[in-house]
Amino acid sequence: MTRYLQMIAALMRRGLNEILRVPGGALPGVLAPTIFVLGFSAVFGDAARLRSYGGVDFLTFTCAVGMLQGAGFTGAATGVNLARDIEQGWFDRLLLSPTPRPVLLAGIVGSACLRALLPAAFLLTVALAFGVRWPGLAAVALAAVLVMGLAAAAACYAIVLALRFRTQQAAPLMQAGSFVAVLFTTAYAPRELLSGWLGAIADVNPVTHVLEGVRQGFVGDVTWATTWPAVLAVAGLVTAFGALAVRGMGRQGR
Amino acid sequence: MRASVRVLARRALVNATRRPQFLAPLVVFPTLILAINVGGLQRTTTLPGFPRVHGFLDFQLAAAITQSLLLGGVSAGLAVALDIEGGFFDRLVASPAPRAAIVLGRVLAAGVIAAVQVTYFLALGLVFGAEIKGGPLGALGVLIALRARSASVVQGIFPLVFVVLFASSAFFPADLLSSPADAFAAYNPLSYIADGMRQPIAFGNELAPVLDGVAAAAAVAGAAIGLSLLALRGRLRDA
Repeated sequence: MTRYLQMIAALMRRGLNEILRVPGGALPGVLAPTIFVLGFSAVFGDAARLRSYGGVDFLTFTCAVGMLQGAGFTGAATGVNLARDIEQGWFDRLLLSPTPRPVLLAGIVGSACLRALLPAAFLLTVALAFGVRWPGLAAVALAAVLVMGLAAAAACYAIVLALRFRTQQAAPLMQAGSFVAVLFTTAYAPRELLSGWLGAIADVNPVTHVLEGVRQGFVGDVTWATTWPAVLAVAGLVTAFGALAVRGMGRQGR
Repeated sequence: MRASVRVLARRALVNATRRPQFLAPLVVFPTLILAINVGGLQRTTTLPGFPRVHGFLDFQLAAAITQSLLLGGVSAGLAVALDIEGGFFDRLVASPAPRAAIVLGRVLAAGVIAAVQVTYFLALGLVFGAEIKGGPLGALGVLIALRARSASVVQGIFPLVFVVLFASSAFFPADLLSSPADAFAAYNPLSYIADGMRQPIAFGNELAPVLDGVAAAAAVAGAAIGLSLLALRGRLRDA
């Protein structure tokens, strides 16, 4: 067991090393969510004058969206990196090692979880500088857990695609999945303002619960009623996409 | 010269259709953002100061077109980078084709792709209930789009596209933008280009905003082509 944990830690360290050694590759994923949130707030800020926003300004309302977008981008980047490893043959050598495949998967996904904290922390810092109220330690801790969970689910989804297509050219598909999942929710407007079709999608989209879970501390208090559906939704997503990724790993080379 | 431009444009178009993974994001991401904006923020048309429009979709179509064209710039930049990496660019420079044709061929291909992008979004708008009010002036809107697309030659950084776009009145009326976006938007040529395209789509046949848009697009196109030719000359000097 200790050996497996060491292997997971080594793979996570490898993933994190890329941030330091190829910062140019990681930078867009860190900056993009913040640019999106600040940009949308500057453009659509006046939308928060509508009563349904409950007096919360647009930047505060969309802060959680940026955090989850960062998690989605990080997950997609994990898939793209795996596709690159497959193209360059490194992944084949990894498969030849005596490490069980679920352990390899755990290392890759674990690095995505940690990396997702970087864009979230950057966004939170910038948002606080722009006047967003400090949501409290409990809310930040919950947001971190949910962000890591969504990053794990997005990474598993991207890994499934990377194993299926075995090329970095599948990158748009990996990015589009998390992009759609995060934005087809109550991302930019409360539920009652969404048009019929978008409201219907948001209702069945589990990421809506995750988003509301992250958002609750920014727009009000952290409550159990909002927390448990968020935790359940993220656990379900990780389980579903994790199972698909494990199956994909198991099929490699057969 | 003309023949070289035509041949290079044709090559760029054939290449583009053979790499759909670079073409798809040009319409997929703007379509998704259009859907999310219209689905989530449609009630903003009731805000005081929002101009009278048939629906938020009418207002947002020009934003989606502008965004799509700018992303087209990223795609064109990628194609040039791939040509350089693959060594084709060096062979092209060594050929007797005029240097300007290398840039103009790419611009012509970009114009053709832009026409497809604009047609797609107008069709999408019509399908989902937008009212294109402009009639003949609508063609001028397309002309603006085609000229603006020339900026593609020097566009290359994905997040920058959104920064430039957010600092314009493409997504929301200039009067309702927060500070400092409103100040940037007043001087951002994209504001005039988007408003010029929006006028015939959402408001009707008023010539002034359309002409402003054509002028802004011509200026951006001229500057972009000029910068591209300068960059090409610099690269040849370094080689």
